[in-house]
Amino acid sequence: MSPAKKKLSGADIFFECLKRENVEYIFGYPGGATLKIYEKLFEIDFLTHILAKHEQGATHMAEGYARATGKVGVVLATSGPGATNTVTGIANAYMDSSPLVVFTGQVPANLIGNDAFQEADIVGITRPITKHNFLVREVCELAVTIRKAFYLAQTGRPGPVVVDLPKNMIASECEFEYPEKVDIRGYKPTVDGHPNQIKKAADIISKAKRPLLYVGGGVIMSNAAEELRAFASRNNLPVTMTLQGLGSIPTNGKQSLGMLGMHGMYWANQAVNNCDVLVALGARFDDRVTGKLDTFATNAYKIHVDIDPSSIDKNVVVDLPIVGSVKNIIADLDKAMKDKPDTDAWWKQIEVWKAECPLNYANGSETLRAGYVIERISEKTNGHAVIVPDVGQHQMWIAQLYNVVHPRSHISSGGLGTMGFSVPAAIGAAFAIKDRPIVSISGDGGFQMNIQELSTAVAHKLPVKFIVINNAFLGMVRQWQELFHAEKYSFTDLSALNPNFVKVAEAFGLPSFSVDKAENVDKVLDEAFAINDKPVFIEFKVSREDMVFPMVPAGASISDMMIERLNPKRMV
Amino acid sequence: MKHTISLLVENRFGAFDRVATMFSGKGFNISSISIGETEINEISRMTIVVSGEDQVMEQIEKQLNRLIDTIKVVDLTKTERCERELALITVNYKPGTLEEVKNVCDIFRGTIVDICNKSLTMEVTGPPAKIDAIVNVLMPYGIKEMARSGTVAIRRGEQVKQAKKEYVQ
Ligand SMILES: Cc1cc2nc3c(=O)[nH]c(=O)nc-3n(C[C@H](O)[C@H](O)[C@H](O)COP(=O)(O)OP(=O)(O)OC[C@H]3O[C@@H](n4cnc5c(N)ncnc54)[C@H](O)[C@@H]3O)c2cc1C
Ligand SMILES: Cc1ncc(C[n+]2csc(CCOP(=O)(O)OP(=O)(O)O)c2C)c(N)n1
Repeated sequence: MSPAKKKLSGADIFFECLKRENVEYIFGYPGGATLKIYEKLFEIDFLTHILAKHEQGATHMAEGYARATGKVGVVLATSGPGATNTVTGIANAYMDSSPLVVFTGQVPANLIGNDAFQEADIVGITRPITKHNFLVREVCELAVTIRKAFYLAQTGRPGPVVVDLPKNMIASECEFEYPEKVDIRGYKPTVDGHPNQIKKAADIISKAKRPLLYVGGGVIMSNAAEELRAFASRNNLPVTMTLQGLGSIPTNGKQSLGMLGMHGMYWANQAVNNCDVLVALGARFDDRVTGKLDTFATNAYKIHVDIDPSSIDKNVVVDLPIVGSVKNIIADLDKAMKDKPDTDAWWKQIEVWKAECPLNYANGSETLRAGYVIERISEKTNGHAVIVPDVGQHQMWIAQLYNVVHPRSHISSGGLGTMGFSVPAAIGAAFAIKDRPIVSISGDGGFQMNIQELSTAVAHKLPVKFIVINNAFLGMVRQWQELFHAEKYSFTDLSALNPNFVKVAEAFGLPSFSVDKAENVDKVLDEAFAINDKPVFIEFKVSREDMVFPMVPAGASISDMMIERLNPKRMV
Repeated sequence: MKHTISLLVENRFGAFDRVATMFSGKGFNISSISIGETEINEISRMTIVVSGEDQVMEQIEKQLNRLIDTIKVVDLTKTERCERELALITVNYKPGTLEEVKNVCDIFRGTIVDICNKSLTMEVTGPPAKIDAIVNVLMPYGIKEMARSGTVAIRRGEQVKQAKKEYVQ
């Protein structure tokens, strides 16, 4: 027996654990159930607590931080309303497989179930939107639970983990020991791909005439961009990316076909439906990507690399599954390739499709076009910014027109499509990334969903560029109303409802700009991007009824893209 | 087609709820579910009967495996197995039918566990099809109340030892 160790309180143990997990930032908001932790926090200097203005903001910040760095984002919220406010953020992280550990306060264990003051069954509420969750009932289980939470969040397919902390547990004491190893017998993610499967895949790719790599968020999450770039360029393979895969290779790079799917590139979708070998790398055949399932890549031999067996054969049945980490597997595939496939003719065909239907956002029209603004931002930043879209039309224009050069530099709410994501997520990313510009771009609708966090950026002098693409519409919904809902513009016109954005941003303390003419875009961008000791705000008043094209109507084949407006007289 | 899935889960707060939440969240239909202790203290066994096409069954198995508290998932439909269900059935009788009802009970190797003026309660165990059969036979007498345990199932013979090595440390 080792000599008796000193006993620590739950709150002390909490911080000892975070120290060992190398946590730099906690994004949080205090309350009754977490007061003991906040009392301790007052003396802690090895990490920084960021006070958000809303727990949803805190959760998205943690996700922005996590996705920019690959580290676990940490949230601390109080019981009841504090905990329920984190739900949207947790669901977002779950859908996009982002590593978070969310600590929630809970009423004392003996009151659980009594409808006690500020009680919410957050473990029950978050069960379907977490990778796993814990209610810590004994202080002596706290350390091992936190250890497991961090381990689960970042290994295998990453995801959010909730740890619910009853108030009495935080106050009671136990000897502290941080377990070195975690062993969870029900959880053993496969990391290495099966060698025979890899060999077989390499053979098939070598012999392919029309191979295509379909690359998703898994490549970003596992830091496999380097391996992918080497593999694709050595074998001259075309690469198309999902929204979450953007940054795996530069969007404008030689190997890239850009994004595929509903608002993807025409030529990328044509390539999918005409390829003979489709290699899905850390992508999950989302319905925004596949469109009508029974027409999706029907002639292709399908290889699917994913660390989560449940992603495989979920939507699309594949010919050759390889379970494991895409980082290792791409490297192994590369080594196993005996011959390079001959893709010259295939590339020529892709060029034909590119010429047939180039991206067209009607530059040079009288009104300022959102696409033009995005293109100028891409130019100004050389694609080196960390770009954080919100959800809607602007998000799709960014995916189409912003040249994302680096992995972990396009942080978008893909799976849940959470409006209000951009402002806090960009703030979270800005705490981590200091040497590149952080650009938050929202629509005028979504910007108002977490606008309160502007003050968090101001308080920490984060040089985030907050941009609003203002069409005074809930643009993406308006687009659907025009195309599929008989032009009934029901509750999407914000022109009478929007505030004066410049005044609002100024009130928060941001230098603010508004632009409504194409000729002023560059000048204002230069001025705003020169400010690097605080956040800035720019509003672009753009053409109100612009639409994102091309587009695959919901449920249609991805070969059948709408290229332009049905009703040309509406063209601005 | 009906499948019988046997599931070993950590005997821990919330483990059952996770399985139930997964089924409802993914829209899979459960016909029966039962849970109880195993020979190992901290492990429970759940037996779930569910129907679905092959691709659905594959997803169900994968989603169950994905739960952190799940130790082992086996689709017993693919193996040799014993399946049993227990039913408690309270059935009406009249002076003239008591013997008949008792006879039915005997034929199905049931036991009468309670009897009062106009009804008796019998306990029957067997493969689920046998329970269905006795329920059919008893129906005309008037079943007052019935409780079925849902299927419990286990693999036969040699396969068991092999499989167990994988999770017992
Ligand atoms: C308005 C709107 C429009 C959209 N339009 C489009 C569109 O046109 N095109 C488009 O692509 N998307 C679009 N999306 C996004 C879409 O909804 C999905 O979020 C996205 O397609 C999913 O990307 P993914 O397949 O890369 O999967 P992700 O959600 O990024 O999942 C990653 C996959 O990789 C796996 N993985 C994780 N780690 C590893 C590892 N180490 N090794 C191997 N595998 C791993 C995971 O198990 C998972 O299967 C849109 C979203 C919105 C809100
Ligand atoms: C929280 C939330 N509520 C509703 C929606 C549905 N929705 C998707 S896009 C959209 C419109 C977004 O409008 P805006 O923020 O102005 O961006 P735009 O499409 O005009 O670029 C809406 C309402 C959503 N994605 N998220």
